Amino acid sequence: MAAKPKQDLSTASQWRLMAIKFRKHRPAVWAGMLVLCLYGIAAFCEFLAPHTQQYRDIDKAYAPPQVVRFISSDGIHLRPFVYGLEGFRDPQTHRKVYVEDREARHVIRFFVRGEPYRLWGVIPWDRHLFGLEGDATVHLLGTDSLGRDMLSRIFYGTRISLTIGLIGVGLTFVLGLVIGAISGFFSGWVDNIIQRLIEVIMSFPNIPLWMALAAALPTTWTPLQVYLGITVVLSLVSWTGLARQVRGKILSLREEDFATAATLCGAGPARVMFRHLLPSFSSHIIVSLTLALPTMILAETALSFLGLGLRPPVTSWGVLLIEAQNVQALASHPWLLSPVVFVVITVLAFNFVGDGLRDAADPYSK
Amino acid sequence: MFALILRRILWAVPTLFIISIVSFVIIQLPPGDYLTSLIAAMEEAGERVTAEDIAALRARYNLDDPMFVQYLKWIGGFFRGDMGMSFEWNQPVTELIGERIFLTMLISLLTLLFTWVMAIAIGIYSAARQYSFGDYFFTFCGFIGLATPNFLLALIFMYVGYEWFGVISGGIFSEQYQDADWSWGRAWDLAKHIWIPVVIVGTSGTASLIRVMRGNLLDELRKQYVVTARAKGLRYWKLLIKYPVRVAINPLVSTVGWLLPSIVSGEIIVSVVLGLPTTGPLLLQALLNQDMFLAGGMIMMLSLLTVMGTLLSDLLLLWLDPRIRYEGGNK
Repeated sequence: MAAKPKQDLSTASQWRLMAIKFRKHRPAVWAGMLVLCLYGIAAFCEFLAPHTQQYRDIDKAYAPPQVVRFISSDGIHLRPFVYGLEGFRDPQTHRKVYVEDREARHVIRFFVRGEPYRLWGVIPWDRHLFGLEGDATVHLLGTDSLGRDMLSRIFYGTRISLTIGLIGVGLTFVLGLVIGAISGFFSGWVDNIIQRLIEVIMSFPNIPLWMALAAALPTTWTPLQVYLGITVVLSLVSWTGLARQVRGKILSLREEDFATAATLCGAGPARVMFRHLLPSFSSHIIVSLTLALPTMILAETALSFLGLGLRPPVTSWGVLLIEAQNVQALASHPWLLSPVVFVVITVLAFNFVGDGLRDAADPYSK
Repeated sequence: MFALILRRILWAVPTLFIISIVSFVIIQLPPGDYLTSLIAAMEEAGERVTAEDIAALRARYNLDDPMFVQYLKWIGGFFRGDMGMSFEWNQPVTELIGERIFLTMLISLLTLLFTWVMAIAIGIYSAARQYSFGDYFFTFCGFIGLATPNFLLALIFMYVGYEWFGVISGGIFSEQYQDADWSWGRAWDLAKHIWIPVVIVGTSGTASLIRVMRGNLLDELRKQYVVTARAKGLRYWKLLIKYPVRVAINPLVSTVGWLLPSIVSGEIIVSVVLGLPTTGPLLLQALLNQDMFLAGGMIMMLSLLTVMGTLLSDLLLLWLDPRIRYEGGNK
């Protein structure tokens, strides 16, 4: 058995070699699992979130995060629990203050029945991953100004923020690939014009351009239209980098023997390009797309945060952060910043995966 | 050499032309125009708006001319230093954005400087002391800095400032200098506060440049000539600064072209969060209110200055690195 892997290695395909190398890069593997988890949250947010998107309880506005405990005055418990929160108005400041009610011990139950929802908008169900029995509510990351559960909203936001990045990158991919390939393959004046255009777009500061384009989306659009509009806006500005890379690769590969051979065999330009040239640097493209994803997610967050991107009732991380714009509100309710943690973790994870993929795709790296 | 510089400058002309068209298209994009909402607001306030009033207003802002005439009038005004009137403020755009553009550019240039100094210094340290505690520490900080977008950093900064020091948003002027005319006192006041946005905007750029600098220098340090110089008894730091660092810095210089646009971008969004009197908040407001001359003028000016900055850095690189000079000259 011991000798077998070595034998495999000499005959393994390029993708297999990449997978083997990637697995050796520990941080990248962990980050990859983290990314999968995040997409898991995005896929099953209705089930994972303890509350639905419609849930609000104005009596519990700005409730602080509840701490999951195992130890009470009675000793150690095997099942995690939270204490109930009791809110009252401070007679001096008229601000709402919450104190833990040590008498009310609520055990956290799993696969509990709760508010009914439709999974992916289709399958009706009422089970949630965790929750409390009866009427008691749990807010692990606190609530916002309308008494909505932060954790649930972040989970729903994950779906929007992560998919917008994915669709945006998809569009960028198509634009960058097609334009870059045309530019590289035909060269001459076509190439010249495309290169000048790319230079112009790159010399614009991104954010003002994004802001202006996003502001042009009609206010009468439905949330879905705005969502798609934002992805188009994001990719309209960001295809240039990929197009440049593709062009560079095509320019150098075009002169290789296998490309000439394909042309001599009677393959047309489109076939040579997409059947022969592109596959030889597809790993390269995957790497740059992985690294482009976090940029997209950040751009959407920034735009929504400024009020130019997605608008409530759609929930994305950027939309959630709108509430954190007010310093006073932020100072007394710091848990409003919790979406930041998710944004940073996501971006870090994608960067690590991208780094790992880059090392794995490079045949000369050790 | 001279011909090469001239060619670079000439290339900027079509670029600027396309930028002006894009800026103009952008301000035409929103459906409806500011006038429609202005008239609606006037009617709501109980004013009677007659057809003549509307026609007079439309004529004043050239709204009835064909597109390209509007463009020509707009771009023609630029050369005379006239960018049209802001609908919302009822003031010339030039007056509104003058000082703000200056502050945006000042912050951006200082950020560029900060980014460079930090990145080079830390990059050299990290490479020279590879796998030391400091190296790991800076690498970790770099990753965090890379992952935290600067507007979130600004938010966190504001929170910390308010919570620990009781300051509501820095701003870049003290209260007494807020609307004052320029004086030495005001300039000194600016100098005392400007480091806050500079550090916030510069963090993510610094983080990525540190990685580049460290990588380049490590590659360089493994080369034969370093070993030879060491074997001949040259002191480590003297050798380091004299040869490998100079080679490793070059790729960094050539990144100015894309660094500047991203810094300007960062400045815009950070100043919205911190409420700084630069172009950011004004641009956001103008876009939200469809104040098209103001928004268009600002986007045009920002892009124009960015292109100029990039051009200057290209020329600088040409002067710094003889290899590019010869390559370009042979063509």
